[in-house]
Amino acid sequence: MPFDVQKVRADFPNLRQQVHGKPLVYLDNAATTHKPQSVINAVSNFYSKYNANVHRALYQQAAEATEAYEAVRDKVAQLINAPDRRSIVFTSGTTESINLLAYAWGRHNLRPGDEILVTEMEHHSNLIPWQLAARDTGATLRYIPIRDDGTLDLENPEQYFTDKTKLVAFTHQSNVFGAINPARQIIELAHAVGAITVVDAAQSVPHMAVDVVELDCDFLAFSGHKMLGPTGVGVLYGKPELLEQMSPFFGGGEMIRTVTMEKSTWAEIPWKFEAGTPKIAQVIGLGAAINYLNQLSYKTIGQYEQELTDYTLASLKDLDGLTIHGNPQQRGPVISFNVDAVHPHDLAQFLDEEGVAIRAGHHCAQPLMQRLGVPATSRVSIYLYNTKAEIDIFIESITNTIRFMTG
Amino acid sequence: MDKLRELYQSMILDHSQHPHNYKVLAGANLTADGHNPLCGDQITIYIKVENDLIKEISFQGQGCAISKASTSIMTTILKGKTVNEAQAIFIKFQHMIKSGEYDIEEMGKLAVLAGVHKYPVRVKCAILPWHTAVNSLKSTDQSEVFSTE
Ligand SMILES: Cc1ncc(COP(=O)(O)O)c(C=O)c1O
Repeated sequence: MPFDVQKVRADFPNLRQQVHGKPLVYLDNAATTHKPQSVINAVSNFYSKYNANVHRALYQQAAEATEAYEAVRDKVAQLINAPDRRSIVFTSGTTESINLLAYAWGRHNLRPGDEILVTEMEHHSNLIPWQLAARDTGATLRYIPIRDDGTLDLENPEQYFTDKTKLVAFTHQSNVFGAINPARQIIELAHAVGAITVVDAAQSVPHMAVDVVELDCDFLAFSGHKMLGPTGVGVLYGKPELLEQMSPFFGGGEMIRTVTMEKSTWAEIPWKFEAGTPKIAQVIGLGAAINYLNQLSYKTIGQYEQELTDYTLASLKDLDGLTIHGNPQQRGPVISFNVDAVHPHDLAQFLDEEGVAIRAGHHCAQPLMQRLGVPATSRVSIYLYNTKAEIDIFIESITNTIRFMTG
Repeated sequence: MDKLRELYQSMILDHSQHPHNYKVLAGANLTADGHNPLCGDQITIYIKVENDLIKEISFQGQGCAISKASTSIMTTILKGKTVNEAQAIFIKFQHMIKSGEYDIEEMGKLAVLAGVHKYPVRVKCAILPWHTAVNSLKSTDQSEVFSTE
């Protein structure tokens, strides 16, 4: 079935909104995406038709809610090809997933002298939890450097992957350059020295088929809101044997088996890590988002986004005084750039007047900004509902802004 | 776009492209760094104070047109003022940036920034230099970092 972007757009109510009297041109999808009506309906139906807590009560609606909630676990497992549904832990997002690991795995397994390896292109959410874990355990945080083209420098891996390396955490796709990192290779290098691997897939799962078996990653994290789903829900995938060995992160209801005054025993995985009333509505919404992606298929989405990204890159390259950061061969639909004459904030402000939403700033990657030697960049990030016509408006708005700002 | 173009009128563009007092100040006895982590804006303000009087003031750094223009105009205003006078202007300036209300007699050149109040996210950009300069003048510490966050 050919991809019909106008048909897709019709499913997204927020794309029909106007900003400053202009149609919204939303190009900040790496921050969060819009939601199709089916996701909004799924959340709304839960509240209006079978609202109940899960795993607890015997009445009909509670059973329905539990079934709907647990069905999404299977859906997520299928999406990332996890062989065992017990591998899928629902969290509030990528940030919580990684913090869970930094506490429940990191604090129990890291010792002074151990090394945690990350990259220079991490989002703060895959950096700060490890900085804190290093501080608390006496482990050392090390960085795989990046090259000027925005890719990782894996030239001499033995410099970074040593017998001291206990954990390697890296982003699958950069939220700044769009570079897709060679996850298979990094995971092999990590496993060769006996290290555990954590993949920050917040920017990859929304756009491409991610297969945890093929990657052989130990853990993988992503967020629902960046893939058409609601805010407040995310996923932690973990190999069952590792999740089983780990201590709980949060304590509370749901995550226990037996509780006495003195001590408790834990529920089976994954519930051991889902303390308290879970994000029921959000998880159900995430299920609808996965349905939407499946129905379009990653293959179609990927091809369309690639085409639009190439078009955007070519259009940006035609502009004078504009620098695109990084030039990765393997890339997702995220492009960072700077305009000589215009600070990113001024640019974003002028674009907003035209209804064009882009991001200006450090993109939660301050160490990377230092590496690039810029205080901030402008970032455009594309999703399946964007169009060439929108890119044209975006480019025209940049041109007009440069013209105005340079007199 | 017109409202915004009005704000970024020639004076702001001119100050941001050709900022006044944009240099390291030899003989400065106060240096303060201002940082807006949200934007990555970073300015260093150099001040020579003698007996409570701002003899000279300059700056360097990176930032958007609004923060650069605001800093540039500030340096031209503060030169020759006492620390107390500087603080009094800052309070009125802050009020103008947040509300859009001001007395043209009092604000003078600074009034070109009044339109910033329509862009709440940018208020910090305009205020950062003042915050940085005035706080460092008030404090006894000779080298500090001020942050908008
Ligand atoms: C690469 C990457 N990792 C992690 C995150 C954090 O995701 P969340 O804020 O949904 O927890 C983001 C989102 O900004 C991201 O782009």
